[in-house]
Amino acid sequence: MRMTLPIFLQNLANGILLGGLYALIAIGYSMVYGILRLINFAHGDVFMMGTYFAFYGVTLFLLPWWLAFVVAIIGAGILGFLIDRIAYKPLRNAPRISSLITAIGMSIFLESLAVVIFGGIPKSFAPPRIYPKFFSKMLQIGSVRVQILTFFILGITALLIIFLIWFVYKTKIGMAMRAISTDIATTALMGVNVDLVIGITFAIGSALAGAGGILWAMKYPNVNPYMGFMPGLKAFIAAVIGGIGSIQGAMLGGFLLGMIEIMLVAFLPRFAGYRDIFAFIILIIILMYKPSGILGAKLEEKV
Amino acid sequence: MPEKLILEIEGLHVYYGNIHAVKGINIKVPEGKIVTLIGANGAGKTTTLSTIAGLVKARRGKILFEGEDVTNKPAHQIVERGIALVPEGRRIFPNLTVYENLMMGAFNRKDEEDVKKDLEWVFELFPRLKERLSQKGGTLSGGEQQMLAISRALMSRPKLLMMDEPSLGLAPLLVKEVFEVIRVINSQGTSILLVEQNALAALKVSNYGYVLETGNIRLEGPSSELLNNEEVKNAYLGVS
Repeated sequence: MRMTLPIFLQNLANGILLGGLYALIAIGYSMVYGILRLINFAHGDVFMMGTYFAFYGVTLFLLPWWLAFVVAIIGAGILGFLIDRIAYKPLRNAPRISSLITAIGMSIFLESLAVVIFGGIPKSFAPPRIYPKFFSKMLQIGSVRVQILTFFILGITALLIIFLIWFVYKTKIGMAMRAISTDIATTALMGVNVDLVIGITFAIGSALAGAGGILWAMKYPNVNPYMGFMPGLKAFIAAVIGGIGSIQGAMLGGFLLGMIEIMLVAFLPRFAGYRDIFAFIILIIILMYKPSGILGAKLEEKV
Repeated sequence: MPEKLILEIEGLHVYYGNIHAVKGINIKVPEGKIVTLIGANGAGKTTTLSTIAGLVKARRGKILFEGEDVTNKPAHQIVERGIALVPEGRRIFPNLTVYENLMMGAFNRKDEEDVKKDLEWVFELFPRLKERLSQKGGTLSGGEQQMLAISRALMSRPKLLMMDEPSLGLAPLLVKEVFEVIRVINSQGTSILLVEQNALAALKVSNYGYVLETGNIRLEGPSSELLNNEEVKNAYLGVS
C-alpha cells in the first residue's frame, strides 16, 4: 500500500490514540515510582479490573453505559488505594526488593482472581450491548475517515490529563505529592499525613488506568483476565522512555511509543507481526544510552 | 511559682537498630525560653529532636508537650499540636517554589487570613525570600535555604520551635544573622529548643543548656554558668 497523505493522517490519528492510552496508564506507573521508587506491576491488572467493572456495570447492574464507566473508574481508584494499604504500606520501611516481589505477587493474584470470578473466556465489549452504536459511526473529514470513537477517546484522555496536571500543580494534595517525591520524612514534618497522600496517589493513578482500560476495550473490544499484561508492559516502557517518576515524561513517552508503533507498522507493513518487539528494542536502547529517560532527572540514590 | 514547662522529657531511650543512641535523658524546656543541647557528633542531639518530632520511635520514656503525652505520636500530629522542627541540612523541597515551600509549612492550617499575616512576618524577618518567591527551592544559596527552612517551620505557627544545627555550613556573617533571628523569634513568644555545634553562640543566645555525651546528659545548667564551666570551656568552647 502506498503511503498517501490521507493514509498518513489516518495513521497519525491512530498513533495519537494509542499513545494517549499508553500515556494514561504510564502516568500511574510514574506517579507511584516518583513517590515510592516502586514499580507497581499490579498496575496493568487494575487496568483490567476497571474494564471488568465497566462490563458488569452495564451487563449485570444494567447501569447506563456512561454511569457504569464512571463507577468503574472510581472502583479502579478504590482498588488502587486498597492495594497500597494491604500490600505495600506494611512494607514501607522494608528493602525495596520486598515491595517489588509483592507487586509481582499482587499482579498474579489479581489475574487469578479475575479468572476465578469473571471466568477465563474473553467477553465482548462491543456496541450496542456495552455502549451506543453512535460511537462506531465514521466521520468524513476531507479525505480522511475517522470513527467518532477516536474523538471520544482522545477527548476523554485529554480531559483526564488536564485534570491530573491541575491536581498535581494547583492543589494542596498535589503539592504534598511533589514534596513526598523528594523527601518523605520532611514532608511528614510539615504536618502531612504521608500514608494518606500515598494512598491518594495510588487511587488517582489507578483511576486513570481504569479509564485507560475502558477506552482500550472500546477500541479493542475484548475483555479478558490477561488483557492488562501487554498494555501494562508497554505503558511501563513508555514511562521509562519519558523518564520514570516524571508525569510529563510519562505522557511524552506514551505518545512517542504509540506513534512509533503505529508508524513503523504503517511504513514497514512487512514487520507488522513484530510490532510488540519494537517497544522492547526501544526500551533496550533507552536503558543503554539514557537510562533516566528523556525528561527524567538523574537517578539519585536516596541517602 | 515554678516555671511553666512547654516540653518535658523523662527518661528517654532511643535505639537505631541495635545502637543505643539516647540513654535515658531528662530535658525541660520552660515556656518562652531558649534551651540548647550541645555536644559532639554522635552524642544523640539530632536523635532527640527527631524523636520529639515523631520521626523516630522512642523505646522507653515519656515526652510531654504542654502537659500532654505525645510520645511516639506520628509526625504529622506532632506538628498540629504546635511543635516544628528545622531539620539538619535544611531539607527544603528543591522541586517546589519558595512560596510552595512556605505553604508546605502551613499545610494543616485553615486560618487563611492569619497564614497571610504570618507570611508577611516571615518576609520581615527575611526580606530576601520575598524576592525569590517563584524560584525553585533548589536554586537558592545555602544561606537562603536556611532562611527558607526556618521560615517554613514558622509558617506552622509553632509554640515550640526546634532547630537542628541552623548555623552549620554558613558564612560567619550569616551565622550572626541566624542567631539574631533566633533571638527575635523567641522575643515574640516562641519557645526554642536549639541543637548546635557552635556551642559558644548557642550558649550566648540561650537561657539554659544541656551537654550531651554519647547519649547521656553530662552536664546541665543555666547557659551563663555553662559558659564559665571549665569542662565546657575545654571541651566545647575551644578555650583553655
